[in-house]
Amino acid sequence: MTTLTVNGTEYPLDLADPRVTLLDALRDRLDLTGTKKGCDQGACGACTVLSDGRRILACLTLAAQCDGREITTIEGLESHPMQDAFVRHDAFQCGYCTSGQIMSAVALLGENRAGTDADIREYMSGNLCRCGAYSNIVAAVREVARNA
Amino acid sequence: MREFRYERPATVAEAIRAVSHDPEADFLAGGTTEVDLMKDGVFHPDLLVDITRLPLRGVRRNGTMLQVGALTTMEELAADRTLVERAPFVVEALLRGASAQLRNMATIGGNLLQRTRCRYFRDPAVPACNKREPGSGCEAVNSVARMHAILGASPACIALHASDLAVPLVALDAVVHIQSEEGERLVPLTQFYLMPGETPDRENVLRHGELITAIDIPLPPPGTRSIYLKIRDRASYEFALTSAAVAVIMDGGVIKEARVAMGGIGTIPWRCFEAEEVLREAPATPDTFRSAADGTIRDPFVVPGTAFKVELAKRTLIRALTEVTS
Repeated sequence: MTTLTVNGTEYPLDLADPRVTLLDALRDRLDLTGTKKGCDQGACGACTVLSDGRRILACLTLAAQCDGREITTIEGLESHPMQDAFVRHDAFQCGYCTSGQIMSAVALLGENRAGTDADIREYMSGNLCRCGAYSNIVAAVREVARNA
Repeated sequence: MREFRYERPATVAEAIRAVSHDPEADFLAGGTTEVDLMKDGVFHPDLLVDITRLPLRGVRRNGTMLQVGALTTMEELAADRTLVERAPFVVEALLRGASAQLRNMATIGGNLLQRTRCRYFRDPAVPACNKREPGSGCEAVNSVARMHAILGASPACIALHASDLAVPLVALDAVVHIQSEEGERLVPLTQFYLMPGETPDRENVLRHGELITAIDIPLPPPGTRSIYLKIRDRASYEFALTSAAVAVIMDGGVIKEARVAMGGIGTIPWRCFEAEEVLREAPATPDTFRSAADGTIRDPFVVPGTAFKVELAKRTLIRALTEVTS
């Protein structure tokens, strides 16, 4: 049995078959479906979560590699100002990329990389939005960064 | 994904032993290329030996050299203050590669070993790929190509080496530490990669069971100016069409010393010795830059889709030289 720590809760996980990615473990075994499966190939950023505070892609991470790590998903953000800003700035249309965008944006603040709009665009570039809500996403991140 | 076994040995020696004794085993580090290729069905090890918790992480200053543990992540190396100060073009290459998420996962050793982005290599439904199935042919040469190599290429393979980081590292004569059951050997990065020739499946000098444990980055002398210029189809999060890594020492308007390498054009990260020869002790003028560029892109192997890269590569190098010397 492997133990996965997600949002402060420990979950025992049977990984006899190690093909399980962190993304599939979260969604299919722990019922934490806030983390989305987009491309499942490390190209879109929809599955962005934090591991020990750093943003990573859950789709290219094996669950077996995550014991002893503190995983944070969108469910683990407790009314973060970034979530509120995304709502107020209408920073999404279909919403599928949104939890990945928010997790990435929260990490971005911790990395001190939200100084300018150009920086926000550059360091959010791993999160694609097919609806093209980018300008509102930048506005939401900018606002939270300025108020931080 | 095909089934595999997963192990996480506690020591470097155990990890090397585990892979060495199973011809279908491989090391697992950041996984950003490896797990992706396993999902695609291109790569199917029967055993993955997870090395991510081994003590091969961190950057140490050693005189005029930085010794980088192979498991240091791209983000960690990009944050190294000595590197930022002394060789900023390495940091630029790191931060212009992939995304922050991928850079938090991907390791320096793994970055150097990343596989080509050639779409035919990555699609097992394409029968012809000498890199994937030796002797099967090359779809890219006969079909649609664009993100492919024009130097070091052959009719057997035009797959591009996609690493940005490797470009300034070959320019700086970085050295790779390789550990095996027999002991350690050191290989200059300029001699680490193999051109495809008739054996595109062999990309570097690593033998099965050998593990990269560290990379030595010689620091250029204080006063060196450097640049990594990356040209791509979109502004961020994209592989290079062409790129240039240049480090120079100037004396007034004269280039005293130059180190030059290019990415996006070669089957291996391309060190530009001819350009360096042209630039050394030469005035920093457009004529000098043009002959450095002409000397680099010599006898390119082009297919219709890659012909544009000949002039683009030259202009990339000229612009990088212009910016870094002005």
